[in-house]
Amino acid sequence: MNESLLRDLVPAVIGVLVRRGADFASAEDAVQDALVEAVRLWPNDLPRDPKGWLVTVSWRKFLDAARAETSRRRREERIEDEPMPGPVGAVDDTLRLYFLCAHPSLTPASSVALTLRAVGGLTTRQIAQAYLVPEATMAQRISRAKRTVADARFTETGDVATVLRVLYLVFNEGYSGDVDLAAEAIRLTRQLAARFHDEEVAGLLALMLLHHARRPARTTTDGSLVTLADQDRRLWDTGLIAEGVDILQTALVGDRLGQFQAQAAIAALHADAQTAEETDWVQIVEWYDELVRLTDSPVARLNRAVAVGEADGPRAGLAALAELDPALPRYTAVAAYLHERDGDPATAARLYADAAGSAPSIPERDHLMREAARLNAQLRG
Amino acid sequence: MAKYLLLKHYRGGPAPTVDYPPMDRWTPEEVDAHVQFMRDFAARLEESGEFVEHQALAPGGAFVRSDGEGRPPVTDGPFAETKDLIAGWTVIDVESWDRAMQVASELSDAPGPGGTSLHEWLEVRPFYGVQAAVTE
Repeated sequence: MNESLLRDLVPAVIGVLVRRGADFASAEDAVQDALVEAVRLWPNDLPRDPKGWLVTVSWRKFLDAARAETSRRRREERIEDEPMPGPVGAVDDTLRLYFLCAHPSLTPASSVALTLRAVGGLTTRQIAQAYLVPEATMAQRISRAKRTVADARFTETGDVATVLRVLYLVFNEGYSGDVDLAAEAIRLTRQLAARFHDEEVAGLLALMLLHHARRPARTTTDGSLVTLADQDRRLWDTGLIAEGVDILQTALVGDRLGQFQAQAAIAALHADAQTAEETDWVQIVEWYDELVRLTDSPVARLNRAVAVGEADGPRAGLAALAELDPALPRYTAVAAYLHERDGDPATAARLYADAAGSAPSIPERDHLMREAARLNAQLRG
Repeated sequence: MAKYLLLKHYRGGPAPTVDYPPMDRWTPEEVDAHVQFMRDFAARLEESGEFVEHQALAPGGAFVRSDGEGRPPVTDGPFAETKDLIAGWTVIDVESWDRAMQVASELSDAPGPGGTSLHEWLEVRPFYGVQAAVTE
């Protein structure tokens, strides 16, 4: 049974049902029911037209459910509405589903859950595992989200920027349970890019591929962090890097720069360096300038300060840092790093220990604590 | 089987038996050894089927309470210097109270500076659970 083939078909089939007049929640339930049947029937005998099969069975499931739940009169009205059987239309319903799941009336967390369920075709259990919450909690979150978009007009053109933000959230969620959300985000973004020509969609796909390519080098086998400078570059996936760079270059030709293209350009410059020393920090600073101009994001400014520290020396980096709010996440860690490079290990050690106290994760806390211990041991001689 | 919460405190509880410096004053090797011990400890519990979960808490935080309808909640803190501050917990599911004591004392034995045991105080609290219908 090809699970990824099934998952690829889910959004298109939901889309067909919704276009035929089913409400989103019932359509989604009907498709899940049809999938259960597919898993049972298909292993030995794949239908010639899996999508057509799923549409037919899902539509029947939907009608069965509608019959069971509504009065005789309403049922008959629905059957009146049933379109004539025939080939599935060429309208790209998957694309609409992306936009519906990123509907502005949903919270980002709900959008993410709904996208994984409706577009990604993951089960509620898989999504719950990935987010480390009980299945019942995730089921509630998803059905609340479905109710929220129940009345949304499916024909509305959504905001592609919102869709991209949702996909980026999925990508950054990382990996636990039996579904790798980073890989899932890449799969969904590939689908989107294939259907929707937009420089920023390509930019996001390139960014994900370039980050994903470096993942094997980012942690040791026991889970400790490895900083970019210390990573074993032979572990980077050169195939993914080449693909990411290629997609990015094509997008940049379109001359419609956005934040994801700028971030991908920075990732590409890192990926391009054979050693950490060969990194083109001057160009990276220029891209961070673009990114700050595009987003005015404090995180972009913080990362820019690191890049300035590499390109123009730690003093310049500290000066760039001084303009930022010290309450920013990772501010203290960046300050520690720049002070160490500026030849002030005592200040750096104190800041590393401070940063460990407010680190966002245990591997990061352990890493920062070790940096503090390293400098303090050096200072003792 | 019964569940127990092993609580680790930043501060609070009986006075420490061993007076050791904060972790950033250890050598990097001592930090690594401590981190490795914690990983191995969790792995051993997983292997024996006694592991439920463990979490670490950052030192920051605040107290909060309702101040009545239509008013913003009252907050106090963050308390960096409170007398009692929870650093993290481990939940285990073990055969008996004695086994819980044994597991906790093993965790208390994590290595510190010079590789010697920290003899850290840990708080052990039983969960309320469903009473077994038949005594085993």
